Formats: sequence, structure tokens, C-alpha cells
Amino acid sequence: METLITLIQIAIGAALINNFVLHYFVGICPFLGVSRRIDTAFGMGCAVTFVISIAATLSWVFTYFILRPGAPLPAWIWQMAGGDASTQVNLSVLSYIVYIFVIAASVQFVEMYVRKFFPALYKSFGVFLPLITTNCAILFACLEIMKHLQDPMRLWALPEALTLAVGGGVGFTLAIVLMAGIREELDACDVPKPLRGPGIALIVAGILAMAFMGFAGVDRGIQSTLNAFLH
Amino acid sequence: MSASEPTALERFLNGILPENPIYRQLLGMCPTLAVTGAMKPAMTMVAATAFVLIAANVIISLIRGLLKPHLRILVFTLTIATFVTIADRFLAAYVYEMSKQLGSYIPLIIVNCIIISRCEICASKQSVGVALADAVGMSLGFGLALGSIATVREILGAGQWFGVTVLPPDVWPSWGIMALPPGAFLTLGLLLALVNWIGQRRAESLALREKQSKG
Repeated sequence: METLITLIQIAIGAALINNFVLHYFVGICPFLGVSRRIDTAFGMGCAVTFVISIAATLSWVFTYFILRPGAPLPAWIWQMAGGDASTQVNLSVLSYIVYIFVIAASVQFVEMYVRKFFPALYKSFGVFLPLITTNCAILFACLEIMKHLQDPMRLWALPEALTLAVGGGVGFTLAIVLMAGIREELDACDVPKPLRGPGIALIVAGILAMAFMGFAGVDRGIQSTLNAFLH
Repeated sequence: MSASEPTALERFLNGILPENPIYRQLLGMCPTLAVTGAMKPAMTMVAATAFVLIAANVIISLIRGLLKPHLRILVFTLTIATFVTIADRFLAAYVYEMSKQLGSYIPLIIVNCIIISRCEICASKQSVGVALADAVGMSLGFGLALGSIATVREILGAGQWFGVTVLPPDVWPSWGIMALPPGAFLTLGLLLALVNWIGQRRAESLALREKQSKG
């Protein structure tokens, strides 16, 4: 039960309170670039959620077994090679390169898989899929997971990591779809000439960010409600 | 190198204002919004990004003959990731507080579109000198943009500039919202509008002058 509450808290934290786009400012490029129509925005959101889950799972596996301080695999190799058992092997300097490689590879595989088995979906995703490699939201999710794998006393297991990733992806989808809905309405408005395009989009994003600030504290409320419900 | 490619000086000057990465090309938005709450983190971010941009541009330009078209993006990102790791370790060693404050945004330089786009547009096609000038120009443009946003946000949000008080709280109550995420979006949106407005005014007055000289 404790785990479930933690998972719900992580999901709500990633999707609403600390929304990837409106609080951490990651994934701004597609947020501004692909938010002109609701259906394309939703497609982009789904693609990002999909890739973010795969990349987060892979990066959790790599970080947990290889990259974190005191990881089992390099320690085992070190001892096989005759090293001193008291020495802690720390490969975290390689993290960034491994993550970017994992992201690029998973985008490539997702692209191949979707093209082979879901041609209709591939057509609608089209240009967005390769662009996701340079989407900061995905690297950011990997880095957040890495942060929670540094302290050997409180290590995140795979469910926590996956929840963060999916929550972040859902939050991204929510933000970009909301934005697209507002921008569709904005097309009918008389916006001052210098503000047209990205200017007004950024100001709308600012107001959305203010609205999302209202979610602060929701996770604690849910936690106390759940606790009261369970006990 | 074809004759139509811009020269080193053109690349350098273009980066600062005419093709400013933030205001004109709208690239690299994550750090622009995230670290501009105050001048110090913004300038640290500019320095780190400039280091990575210059180093990556020079290296990519040196190996441009070996690049295969379908693998080039991967080579770019791996080169950039290497230099970002160097910058990250350097900051953690010498300015630990600042590196903790910037947190994930230092590793996020890897996916900063400015660097990849400069590798793609300039460094993978032109010689080392041009690539270097291009990187320095773009870094200056990036620094100018981040500096302007951070100036507005720090002065309005905290009444300070580089940590020095310029607007005492009893004269000007600080707008807390400017230091928070919404302030970043609003400031960038309005500054973007200002830059566009100046550009449009200049274009109009140029057109008017041409008309007058003809008539």
C-alpha cells in the first residue's frame, strides 16, 4: 500500500504539480512548434509518452546495473579482474553519453517497429518521431531517474521510474493539447502584429503555468486522503 | 566550400543579432526559460553552452570529411555529450553551489537545439576558422538574449542585478511571479514582441525612405 501511495504521488507530481513543460521548461520546442492543431498535438504527446517510457525503462536498467555508484555489474567485473573488493566502482561519468545513445537507439527502434506493424499510425506520426531524439523531456526524465539512483539507501525500483516517465509524458500531452486548443481559438483573434506567432504563444504558456501553480500541494492532500481511507 | 557559403566574418556577425538563436530562430528555449531567474546562473549557463558549442563546432568541422549522412546526428550528439560531461564535471569541481543550482539543466545542454543546428548548418560544411567564428558569434547572441531576459526578471523579481540591489524593496515591491516559471514565459514573450516591433519599425522606415528617395 505504501508503494501504491508513493507511485500515485510520483505520477501526480510529474503530470500536474511539476509539469515537465510548464514547471521545468523541458520540451518547449515541440510545445511551441507542434501546437497549432489539437490532433497533431495529441499525436506528438502520444509519441513522446511512448518513447519516454521505453527510454526510461532502458536507462533505469543501465543505471541500476552498470552506471550508479556501487552498481553490481562493474563491481563483479572489477573483482573478477582481481581488484580490491573494498573499492567502489563508479561509472556515473559515462551517464550522459549512455543516455543519449539509449534515447537515439530507442527512437530508431520505435520508428522501425511502428513503420512495420502500424503503417497508419506511422503516417500520422511521420516527421515527429525522429525529432523526438532531441526532445529535452526524454533526457530530463532519464536524469531525474538517475538522481534517484545515487543514494544506495533509497533506491528507486523500476515501477517508480516508469511511473515518473509515464506521468511526465501524460503531463506533456496535457500541456500541449491545452495549448493547441487555445491556439486554435487564437487564430480568430486580433493579436497585435509584433506578438503574432511565438510571442502570444509564450504569453499564453505563462498564464497556463500560473494555472498549473494552483496544483501545488495536491499530492499531500491526496496522500492524507488515501491514508485516512486505508486506516 | 561553394562560393555562396557565408564567410567567417558574416557568420560571426549573423550570430549576434540578425540570426540571434533565441529571438530570431527560437532555438534552445529550455535553458532560456529555466535559468534566467537571476544573472549569475544565466551567465554560468552561457559560459557552459559557449564552451560546448565552440568545442563541438571545431571538432565536427575537423572530422566533416568522415561524416556519413545517416549517422551524422548521432555523431553530433555523442560529441556534444562528451563535452557536456567535461563542462559538468568542471562546474561541479570549481563552482559547486552553482552547479547544484543549475542541476539537470547542465546535462540538458546535450539536447540544446542551437548546438545541433550549428553543427548541421555550419560546422559539417565549412572549415575550422569559419566554424569557430560561427560558434563565437552564436554564443555571444545566446549570451545577449539570456542576459536581457535575466536582467528583466532579476530586477523586477528581486530588485537586484548580479546580486547587487538596484531597486530597494521599499521603493519597488518585488514581483515574486517574475522569479517563478510564469514570469519566464511572460518575459520572453514580451521581449520577443519588443524585438519584433523594433524590427518591423525599422523595415517600415527603410521602405518609407526608399519611397521618398524615388519620389
